[in-house]
Amino acid sequence: MTPAKKYKAVVLGSSAGGLNALKTLLRNLNRDFRLPVIIVQHISPDSENYLIHILNDLKRLKVKEADEKEHPQPGHAYVAPPNYHLLLEPDQTFTLTVDERVNYARPSIDVLFETAAEAYREHLIGIILTGANNDGSRGLKRIKELGGMAIVQDPETAEVDSMPKAAIQACAVDHILSLEEISALLNTL
Amino acid sequence: MKKSQEELLENQDIEIRLLIQAIYDKYGYDFRNYSQAHIKRRILNRFMLSGMSSVSQMIHECLVNHKFVDQILMDLSINVTEMFRDPAFYKAIREHVVPVLKTYPFIKIWHAGCSSGEEVYSMAILLKEEGLYARTQIYATDFNPVIIKQAKEGIYPISRMKEFTVNYQRAGGKASFSDYYTANYESAKLLDSFKKNIVFATHNLVTDSVFAEVHMVVCRNVLIYFDRALQDKVLGLFSDSLTGGGVLCLGSKENLQFSGYYNNFDGLVSGERIYIKRYHV
Repeated sequence: MTPAKKYKAVVLGSSAGGLNALKTLLRNLNRDFRLPVIIVQHISPDSENYLIHILNDLKRLKVKEADEKEHPQPGHAYVAPPNYHLLLEPDQTFTLTVDERVNYARPSIDVLFETAAEAYREHLIGIILTGANNDGSRGLKRIKELGGMAIVQDPETAEVDSMPKAAIQACAVDHILSLEEISALLNTL
Repeated sequence: MKKSQEELLENQDIEIRLLIQAIYDKYGYDFRNYSQAHIKRRILNRFMLSGMSSVSQMIHECLVNHKFVDQILMDLSINVTEMFRDPAFYKAIREHVVPVLKTYPFIKIWHAGCSSGEEVYSMAILLKEEGLYARTQIYATDFNPVIIKQAKEGIYPISRMKEFTVNYQRAGGKASFSDYYTANYESAKLLDSFKKNIVFATHNLVTDSVFAEVHMVVCRNVLIYFDRALQDKVLGLFSDSLTGGGVLCLGSKENLQFSGYYNNFDGLVSGERIYIKRYHV
């Protein structure tokens, strides 16, 4: 298998400061970026899904809310709905649940990352961006354990650095980069 | 390192499948068509807390220790609920469904997967305010007997009343929410008058069949835990239970679109998963 074909999906977790970070990251992706991107951004339980609107306006990936049983498609980005956890099944389809909050969050980044790690194994890229807690650390560690790639936003460049710092402490991440560098790296995969 | 992690994962998946099979064979509770990723998270969470050496050890414990099985059933129940959860849903019921229900001389409602009862009592309060409760019979069911017992009691932590009150108001509540419960030091008990027309009973959507003809089925955030085949089977149960013109209420992320029963229903409220059963199906 050529390295270029190795990866099949990207999971992305962001919290405080995430909206701007996601905008920068997506805007710098090539128009023909082919991997599905699955996003958990911590949002208030009753927020309208304005995030999807804003990210769609960038005219890069087609952004939509993740539907239960949906199979992530190339060229699309999926956002976890407010107040639901987003999980990946072994057959690489989405499940939504209303289970207890994890790390005070629903959706939780760990829940997505841990289940996606098992569904995609070495074909997954996990990315942790800005945030004020430590959600996503366990999940990123799991992605590494199963052979995937772990990328963390350089805490120096993050609006809030605790979430990237926690992720870097949790496992041996492959890349610590600015948002623009993350996009540039993704564009080569 | 990578190899052993993958083998561990594979072994654990096999053990979890066997555990689910053992629970079904011994006790008849069937989780085989639930979301695998969800079941796995719940089982492994219990595994961590149990201090046991393997999931296989949990299988043995399940076979010999009924208390442990009850614990697992509780883990696999969906216990996260609140009164007037999704206020917009109750608002839609008030505005769009109550006028339909008012045309019936007697109303039967099946609330399937009612958990600890918060959403059933919410519906009872709404119907009372709309002048319909006296002629309504609600069947509230869940597979888990422990949860049904809690639902029957209708006692909730006082700490949650603030959140429930906000929901109630946002749902278009017309009175003072605190009039509907009696408060103690730590708990709030729903008034008995709301329990009068509710029958709480165990019913398993996976293994049990239709038990009554009803005018409305409420089943929210239950189907998302099922695979497609089981979703379809349960939607068939609901379709068979409903009278023509009856109302089906699903959770806001659940829809009929991919179901074989799609053509049995028409959408009633846009933006909510509220459907009307067609008369000729």
